Amino acid sequence: MEGLRFLVVEDSPTMRQLISFSLKRFKGCKIVEAVDGVDALKKLQTEEVDMILTDINMPVMDGLKLVSLVRQNAKTRDLPIIIITTEGAQEDRDRGLALGANAYISKPIQSSHLLKVIGDVIEKTP
Amino acid sequence: MVEDHSDIFSKSQEFLQMLSKQKDFIQDLLKENERLRYEVAALRPRSGETDGLLRQEIELLKKRLEQLDLEKREVEAAYQRVEEENKDFAQRYVEIEDQNNNLANLYVASYQLHSTLDFQEVVHIVMEIIINLIGAEVFAIMLLDEKTNELGTIAQEGHDASKPLPTVRIGEGILGTVSKTGEPYYINQAGAGYAVDFLHPLAAIPLKIKENVIGVISINKLLVQKDAFTAVDYELFSLLAAHAATAIFSSKLYSQSERRLTTIQGFLDLLTAPPQKG
Repeated sequence: MEGLRFLVVEDSPTMRQLISFSLKRFKGCKIVEAVDGVDALKKLQTEEVDMILTDINMPVMDGLKLVSLVRQNAKTRDLPIIIITTEGAQEDRDRGLALGANAYISKPIQSSHLLKVIGDVIEKTP
Repeated sequence: MVEDHSDIFSKSQEFLQMLSKQKDFIQDLLKENERLRYEVAALRPRSGETDGLLRQEIELLKKRLEQLDLEKREVEAAYQRVEEENKDFAQRYVEIEDQNNNLANLYVASYQLHSTLDFQEVVHIVMEIIINLIGAEVFAIMLLDEKTNELGTIAQEGHDASKPLPTVRIGEGILGTVSKTGEPYYINQAGAGYAVDFLHPLAAIPLKIKENVIGVISINKLLVQKDAFTAVDYELFSLLAAHAATAIFSSKLYSQSERRLTTIQGFLDLLTAPPQKG
């Protein structure tokens, strides 16, 4: 899994830095950051990415709306999406997965868990 | 009658011949018997030699078997040692992964805390750390007013926003005691009957600059997916106790000095402004 390109969508600079820090374990990876859903959609128009990691609670456009729009777009609909959020209740998880996210991780995140989930999602992606 | 005699004679001749053949046969048998006896006698010492050789070989094989058995036991012991080592390495790998994760959390928290001198931004970063890295759902950040000796809330999450949180006198209750002694307070896990109570938190972390307590972080509830504090949380609490305190204090001083500077600049502008005509 070398040279993967990630889009990290997160309004918290602390979390963006922490997630990026973990992702750097993938050799030669490229990380594109976005602060909310609208910013992410803009970045998707100009950047080629292999996976989206998104928070749910964000200003301007939340993560669930972003997942829904990404799945509706022919260019991006097959992109693997992992939701990383403080919302840990089962119904939140179900809602995220029903909208088309490939995996759901609750904060606080463990780097090793995040990397494992990414690996699993990539393995399952055709 | 003559015919009868000749018949008897011929029969006796036949009988004699048969006896003679039997005699020869018996003699042959006796000779063969003697020859075999001789051979058996000759073979006996050789058989003893063969037994000796076989016994020797068996002994050698037994020794080899014992040696192989010993080697097998050694290999098994070595295999078990390697397996134990593997387990140990796997365990250490997990521990190092955890430590790596913890260090990443601490590094990011520390980096972010000192990334700005804007007071509101620093407070926001402290809140982000408490939510995202510790996993708290309900909490408050309080600062000590040195004039009144009371802790007042400067930021909160999850408490009823319509009701202001009460101030706490230094030395009073859990929060007041933490601010007085500078010692953190934790109950690792909320009991079954625990209800969110601002004055009875799960954790109260003093914000300290050296020995001076400038405030307290009170954590009242963890996120639904988090059962209890973990080892890294206590590390983060220690980091917050020192780094959040200095970051909050220095940003507060900076904003005060900025305000003063603006005021002084205003006075200077007034003093140095050219007199108005008229």
